[in-house]
Amino acid sequence: MSTVTTADHHDAHHDHKPTGIKRWLFTTNHKDIGSLYLLFALAMFFLGGAMAMVIRLELFQPGMQFVEPQFFNQMTTMHGLIMVFGAVMPAFTGLANWMIPMMIGAPDMALPRMNNWSFWILPFAFLILIISMFLPGGGPDFGWTFYAPLSTTYSNDSTALFVFAIHIMGISSIMGAINVIVTIVNMRAPGMTWMKLPLFVWTWLITAFLLIMVMPVLAGLVTMVLTDKYFATSFFDAAGGGDPVLFQHIFWFFGHPEVYIMILPAFGIISAIVPTFARKKLFGYASMVYATASIAILSFLVWAHHMFTTGMPVYATLFFMYTTMLIAVPTGVKVFNWVATMWRGAMTFEVPMMFALAFIVLFTIGGLSGVMLAIAPVDFQYHDTYFVVAHFHYVLVSGAVFSLVAAAYYWLPKWTGHMYDEKLGQLHFWCSVISVNLLFFPMHFVGLAGMPRRIPDYALQFADFNAFISVGGFLFGLSQLIFVWVLVKCIRGGEKAPAKPWEGAEGLEWEVPSPAPYHTFDTPPQVK
Amino acid sequence: MNAKHSTLIGKLSLLVVAMFAFGYALVPLYDVFCEITGINGKTASEPVSAEAAIVDTSREITIEFIARPNQQMPWIFKPEVRRMRVHPGEIHVMNYLAENPTGQAIVGQAVPSVSPGQAALFFHKIECFCFTQQYLAGGNDMLMPLQFYVDPALPSQFSTITLSYTLYDVTSQWQPGQQNDSAKEFGE
Repeated sequence: MSTVTTADHHDAHHDHKPTGIKRWLFTTNHKDIGSLYLLFALAMFFLGGAMAMVIRLELFQPGMQFVEPQFFNQMTTMHGLIMVFGAVMPAFTGLANWMIPMMIGAPDMALPRMNNWSFWILPFAFLILIISMFLPGGGPDFGWTFYAPLSTTYSNDSTALFVFAIHIMGISSIMGAINVIVTIVNMRAPGMTWMKLPLFVWTWLITAFLLIMVMPVLAGLVTMVLTDKYFATSFFDAAGGGDPVLFQHIFWFFGHPEVYIMILPAFGIISAIVPTFARKKLFGYASMVYATASIAILSFLVWAHHMFTTGMPVYATLFFMYTTMLIAVPTGVKVFNWVATMWRGAMTFEVPMMFALAFIVLFTIGGLSGVMLAIAPVDFQYHDTYFVVAHFHYVLVSGAVFSLVAAAYYWLPKWTGHMYDEKLGQLHFWCSVISVNLLFFPMHFVGLAGMPRRIPDYALQFADFNAFISVGGFLFGLSQLIFVWVLVKCIRGGEKAPAKPWEGAEGLEWEVPSPAPYHTFDTPPQVK
Repeated sequence: MNAKHSTLIGKLSLLVVAMFAFGYALVPLYDVFCEITGINGKTASEPVSAEAAIVDTSREITIEFIARPNQQMPWIFKPEVRRMRVHPGEIHVMNYLAENPTGQAIVGQAVPSVSPGQAALFFHKIECFCFTQQYLAGGNDMLMPLQFYVDPALPSQFSTITLSYTLYDVTSQWQPGQQNDSAKEFGE
């Protein structure tokens, strides 16, 4: 028994942590770092959201009212970069930090010091990116996809800062991914076999491999842009023997797996929430794992569907069209499994479940418009219109972001030790789900009618729809303030949460008290 | 850090480095892929030897010529004729007119593109001004020749081939005296 007492003593000793800012700067605790990631992502979500508000304000009426076209282009570019690299990806990394060790019964992440680094370089990356907007000539204005020659021949010197910022974000993501893989592979509790892993852990493991495979390619690509611009390397310059279309191939070789990086962990979250509130085991666990892996593998074989209009030969077009449509199969398996999990379940509709249900419906709408875009002949019409904008916002906002919000509501009691305000949460849900559809659904129509994306002005016939979309946008932006209110309220106090606040929840994270102690599973649990 | 972690980190780091290298490897891979399949409309960057091919008089191919200076290139650049009809296997010469209306000498580099792309493999150049950089003193003009033939093996679905040249100002990369060497580098 003496070992137990020393272990307890050891625990207590560990809880002596530096106070104030030093605690957060030097922390190697997975829960602290998880919180930092999540709060950073929330801040970036509002910064990127503010830029979206500028975009919608300018597009409220036809003609130029509030901003210069060049500033508008900076807004679309920065909105995309910040939301992808600053909000969605760090938020998922934050959840991974908080939840993966608790879900697999590990005391912490495998590489706690690297974990500290991978978070703390991130704010500097975004500082560099944001500073570039205040330099003479303004920040990046070539779209988040930074196609050459826009980012090489026609860009200003802020491009160098953009490149360095992307490098740092890439390093951060790669370190985070290595950490996740090492943790999951080496630190599972005894008895936690591969096919017992919660799906959030599975999806993150696969996501981490995607990150390791594609972030280095992105790093190489921005380096090529940098050397093309400043050292005349001509990777993408036809005059020097290069080819601008090559840029698009390399970018989308990164870019398509990147979109799955932003959605696979979301699938994991939904697969945790739906069984909890349906009070049934997840239907088709094994098929979920295989479907996730299939999506990840297929994601490397579909990139050129972003490039149908560049003039590909027919057989290449057909290849990418068919592989793209093939992805609908494993994705369909997932949606089917979620629906089958709910079938005859004893369902209740707390806020996490509401967001999860909205995810399933709205993500499927985004998936269907994705299949439409995959059809090469019709893509010639949809390409670079608001239809594309509608598609990827359905999968990223009402998909990835809704899953993140659902995850926050689901695990808030575990993080804070308090129940969130259910009434306010429901208000947040209904405001969000109505406004997000006001915002993005009409974009399908203006896109089909031919309104091009990334242009600060538009033809008069689109005026009514755009006014409508902008109002939806402002409402969606305001609705997210309710979320902040709920968060602040829940962190500061509220009804005491039990260890397992959700009746149907399963998993090791519910076996530790709420709030989760600073150190959990110092002695690994035995998983049966 | 325990050994189990170190091995795995080593492997994963290797994967990171390999994928970074793969990003760069995509550049030559892309060129090789396009050259073999001809799907990008790129013609060979080196002359082919003028072996007398059998002339296929049973069909005629329309060759269209497009020439365009790049936005930053002040030369006037155009083909002598817009189109010609040729039998596959016949060797033809086509002249392009270049004029430098500015006061300074400018070096130009023409970059070819063939449409439809799949026909590029069957369009052979015996001699081309695009294989080398072209120097033109201010106020001068010159005729730049292209000697070519269409491969008789050209699949029958192609009846028209469009050859387009974009001319770039490469004065900053001009190395006098090393014209041929540097031209190879920029030959594509």
